Amino acid sequence: MKGNEVIAHAAIRYGADGYFGYPITPQSEIMETLMDEKPWETTGMIVLQAESEVAAINMVYGGAGCGKRVMTSSSSPGISLKQEGISYMAGAELPALIVNIMRGGPGLGTIQPSQADYFQTVKGGGHGDYKMITLAPASVQEMADHVALGFDLAFKYNNPVMILSDGVIGQMMEKVVLPEFRPRKTEEEIRKEQPWATLGKPKNRKPNIITSLELDSNIMEQNNNRFQTKYKQIAENEVLFEEMNCEDAEYLIVAFGSAARISQKAVELARQQGIKVGLFRPITLWPFPEKELAAYVGKLKGILVVELNAGQMIEDVKLAVECKIPTEHFGRLGGIVPTPDEVLTALKAKLEAKRS
Amino acid sequence: MNITEIIKPENLVYDKPRLMNDRPMHYCPGCSHGVVHKLIAEVIEEMGLEEKTIGIAPVGCAVFAYNYLDIDWQEAAHGRAPALATAVKRLNPDKMVFTYQGDGDLAAIGTAETIHACNRGENIVIIFINNAIYGMTGGQMAPTTLMGMKTSTCPYGRNEQLNGYPLKISNLLAQLEGTCLVTRQTVHTAPAIKKAKKMLRLAFENSMAGKGTSIVEFVSTCASGWKMTPDASNKWMVENMLPMYPLGDLKNN
Repeated sequence: MKGNEVIAHAAIRYGADGYFGYPITPQSEIMETLMDEKPWETTGMIVLQAESEVAAINMVYGGAGCGKRVMTSSSSPGISLKQEGISYMAGAELPALIVNIMRGGPGLGTIQPSQADYFQTVKGGGHGDYKMITLAPASVQEMADHVALGFDLAFKYNNPVMILSDGVIGQMMEKVVLPEFRPRKTEEEIRKEQPWATLGKPKNRKPNIITSLELDSNIMEQNNNRFQTKYKQIAENEVLFEEMNCEDAEYLIVAFGSAARISQKAVELARQQGIKVGLFRPITLWPFPEKELAAYVGKLKGILVVELNAGQMIEDVKLAVECKIPTEHFGRLGGIVPTPDEVLTALKAKLEAKRS
Repeated sequence: MNITEIIKPENLVYDKPRLMNDRPMHYCPGCSHGVVHKLIAEVIEEMGLEEKTIGIAPVGCAVFAYNYLDIDWQEAAHGRAPALATAVKRLNPDKMVFTYQGDGDLAAIGTAETIHACNRGENIVIIFINNAIYGMTGGQMAPTTLMGMKTSTCPYGRNEQLNGYPLKISNLLAQLEGTCLVTRQTVHTAPAIKKAKKMLRLAFENSMAGKGTSIVEFVSTCASGWKMTPDASNKWMVENMLPMYPLGDLKNN
């Protein structure tokens, strides 16, 4: 199955209540698959094509405000349009899943794959001090797994979660084990588990109000402090990463998503040539595996950060190792996907040649 | 009769709706919002929908509508209330869902969301307060500002070359197949309030019956924004607003 199709199937099987989207390449298969599956006839999941990405993310806000498991998906230009809604959801502490199948920018850019929305996603693309949990799948299997993980984290912390993938993983076909079907939550369960949900006010409770607005600066500061405490808790508890061939490594490639898949092959090629390289793959981009990377200080000759952008995650890598390990970047732009050979050549030229 | 006798329950001819909170309203004297809030509270109460109604508040003067009515609320981003309402209603088809929006929210920044929710025939009620001005931000030009009318962003009067024309959005919405009721009301006199309440109730009934989108436009006053007394603003509204936005049903299926 294609990565995009898997997102759709995994959402239905997770017991998602609603999907709201707007077509954009290279992720349209997500809504097409959902429409084709007609989950409203089986699980009762609602699927709606909105008039714009702006409307779609606000539908997600409305659904999330009712404590429902709702999601949207788009690609880079469409995700830019959703930033307003994401900021409002962070401010109103609403759980939701947002999928970005990245393409090259800026502007209308290209429909080819890219990882140039890293900054937008992990540094807060909308206004205000907020953070969004960001998952970066590197396989079609992880596309399926991250749907459930994303919803679980969103509801654990009442915060939007993004699956940050790209056109490579979205369009790639691989074998996948889909999750088991789970029933959708009933209204009674939601009222119990999400007591803040707006599902109509029974006589015995105060009105539930979903809002990000507070004009009293003292209370607004308290709200912000509460968010920051939550973000700190997430950073301490939810970091995910993968290490491959790192035990004896003299060099490390740090890459996420499709760039990590390419780098995995580059590591194999390097090892064949006797270069001791490992791959460190952040799975959560926020929270970023800072401590785990910092542990390599004093043990490496260099780090190569491989990204399909001009150098974004490299800033977080340098911060994590406090620039105590020489760190270089290799990236291709505009929708170009590098080959493992190119990555290996870059590793040699930028790090190995300088050191040996 | 002394005052304690007068306030005995059997002597009361009028009471505040139970759904209205005791919180003092932030609206200016002479503003239509308070009356419309009260009508919504009465309709919800009379229809027994208190426990299944979800209101969607706008950005604008009514941004704090959620402070006054004792029901569940969501506060939307500017203009996006119909998108929220779409999802709330579709995910909870047995609930009563309404949006409450001003002219800037509904007819400027939220035009797309408004038109498409209506065109899909979402089973929601859209309550539209048209006072031809942005109240909350301090009296700027609205899409419904009348020709020649002065605001802080058209200080020499609305001019068609610079600003285009007043947008009769309800007329536009009445053309859409998804709408079942589009009516224009006002609340400046007792008979007008009575009539408006009747239409508001019909809108809520339509929604629960799944007949499509109902829009109740209230041609309203903004004494502060118009820089008039409440009394003068009522008179000005009748003389200037109603010829451009005539009262009555634009569609009632």
